[in-house]
Amino acid sequence: MADDLLSVDKLGKRFGGFVALDGIDLTVRAGERLGLIGPNGSGKSTLVNCLSGTLRNDSGTVRFDGNLLNGLAAHRRTRLGLARSFQLPKPFRSLTVVENLRVPLYYSVNARPGAPHLAEAAVGERCRELLRLVGLEAKADRQPQDLTQIEMRKLELARALAAEPKLLIADEAMAGLSNSEVDNILALLMRLGDRGIAVILIEHIMRAVISFSQRLVVLVAGRKIADGDPHAVVRDPEVVRAYLGE
Amino acid sequence: MGTKAFWLATTAAVLIVFAASRLVTNDYVFFAGYVVLQYVVLATAWNILGGYAGYINFGTSGFVGIGAYSTVVLHKLVGPPIPVLILVGGIVSGAIGLGMGYLTLRLRGVYFGIATLAMAIVVQTLVTNWDFVGGSRGVYIIRPAHVPFIGGYIQYLFLVMLVLAAVAVAAARTIERSVFGFGLAAIRDDEQAAEVSGVPTLRLKLIAISVSCGLMGMAGAPLPYYVTYLDPASAFNLGYTANTIAMPLIGGTASWVGPVIGAIGLATIQQVSTVTISSALNLLIVGVLLLICVVVAPNGIVGLVRGKRRRAGRGG
Repeated sequence: MADDLLSVDKLGKRFGGFVALDGIDLTVRAGERLGLIGPNGSGKSTLVNCLSGTLRNDSGTVRFDGNLLNGLAAHRRTRLGLARSFQLPKPFRSLTVVENLRVPLYYSVNARPGAPHLAEAAVGERCRELLRLVGLEAKADRQPQDLTQIEMRKLELARALAAEPKLLIADEAMAGLSNSEVDNILALLMRLGDRGIAVILIEHIMRAVISFSQRLVVLVAGRKIADGDPHAVVRDPEVVRAYLGE
Repeated sequence: MGTKAFWLATTAAVLIVFAASRLVTNDYVFFAGYVVLQYVVLATAWNILGGYAGYINFGTSGFVGIGAYSTVVLHKLVGPPIPVLILVGGIVSGAIGLGMGYLTLRLRGVYFGIATLAMAIVVQTLVTNWDFVGGSRGVYIIRPAHVPFIGGYIQYLFLVMLVLAAVAVAAARTIERSVFGFGLAAIRDDEQAAEVSGVPTLRLKLIAISVSCGLMGMAGAPLPYYVTYLDPASAFNLGYTANTIAMPLIGGTASWVGPVIGAIGLATIQQVSTVTISSALNLLIVGVLLLICVVVAPNGIVGLVRGKRRRAGRGG
C-alpha cells in the first residue's frame, strides 16, 4: 500500500544454520499503534535490530517512508525518522540526563538534510520539552547512574523521541516495572500516538499490549503466525498454543 | 574556564615560559623542557582518541617514528625549515592513522589496541629495512648551530615544541566542547546507542584518529634535529607508547587538563630522576605511579579533584 509508513517484505535473517527470521511481512501505517509479541527467542529483537540497522538482513526488503533501507547504516535510518529504544537502557553514562538528549538533537535533527537547523537556545528548549513530556525535569542535570529503573526507561524513550521519529520501536520498555509504573509508561506511549508518531510496542505484559495496540502481530520461531485485531489474535488457537498457553 | 580566559591563559603561559627561557643559560634545561613539552603534545593527542572516544591506541611510538622519519626523508631530499617538516610529518602521520583507523576501528577494546601495536611494529620493520633513511644503522642529521633572533638551535626547538603544545591543547579543548566532542563522548559511553541516536560513529572515529595521529606525527617530526642521530630503535621506542598512555590516565582522561597535568608531572619526574638517580628508573616510576593512580584516583588527578568538589558542593 502506498500510504504505509513501514513496509517489510519477506525479511530473512540467519545466524549460521539457525534461521532467526523467516520471510517476515509487516506493515505499519503512519500514527498506528502496533503490538509485537512472541515467546523468548522468537526473533522479536532480531527483527528490531534488522529494522533499525544494527543488524543486516540477509534477504527481503525494508521500506520506510518512501526509502529503501537495505544496507543503510543505523544512524541514517534514525535521521529518516525510524528511532528505537533498547530493552536494557543504554544511557550515555558520562553525560548528564539533559546532555543525553542533546546527542540525537545535534546528530539526528540537525543533521537532517533540508530541515531547519536548531540553534543552541532551541536545542535547550527542546530538551526541556522532552524532559517535561517524560517527567524528568527534576533530574535534568543528574548523571544516569543516579536514576531509578523507571527513570532510566523514561530517559531511553526521551532520547529516542529527541530524534523526532515518525516511527518509534519500543523494545520491552516496561519489563521489570511495577503495575503503576507500567501504566505510567503506557500513558506516555499513548500520548505519542496522539502526536502522530507510529509505535511498535514489543512487550510481554499482555495487559499493556492489549490496551495499547490497535493491531497485534505474533512471532513464533522466526515466523509471523498472526496479524490483526488484538482481541481476535489472542483468541486464535495457534497463538494460544504457541505463546499464551492453554 | 571560559573560552576567552583559556586563550588568554594559553598565550600568557607560552609567553611566560618563553620569557623565562631567555633567562636560562644552561642548555640542559632546554633539552629536558623539550621532552616535557613533547609529551604534552603526545598525551593530549592520544587523549583525543583514547579519552574522548574511548579507543586505546597502543601505536604512539609508530606515529612518532613516522613523523621523525618523514623529516629524515625530507631533510635528505630538500631540507625545508622545521615548521614545514612538522606540517608534513603531521599530514603523513594523520593519513596513515586514517588508513589504520579504516582497517581497525571496527574492532573494539583490546583488539583495537593489539592492531595499533602491530601497526607500530610493522612500520618499524619497514623503516629498519629501508636503506635510503639509514636502515638499522641509523642516520645523522647535521643541524645549524644557531638560529637568527633566537640563539642556539636547542632553544629554537624548545620554542617550536612550546608552540606545538599550545596548538595541541587548544585543538583538544575545542574538540571537547564541540558537537564533534559530544559525538565522541556518546561513542565512548555506548557505541550502539550513539549510532541509533544518529551519530555517524565510523566517520567520527576516523576524524578523531586522523587528528590524534597527525598531532603525534607533528610531535615526532623535530625529533631527528633534537637527537641529531636517529635510528629505528629510538624513533619507534615503546617508551613513547607506555608514557603516552600513562600520562592521560594519571592526569584524567575526561578533559584536556588531565593529559597536560599528567604529561608535565610525569615527564618532569622522569627528567629529574634521570639526572639525579638513574635513567633506567624511568619506566619503573611510570609503573608505580600508574598503580597508585588506579587505586587512589581511578579517574585521574582531575577526577579526584572534581569528586572532592562535588562532595563538598553536596555538603557531605
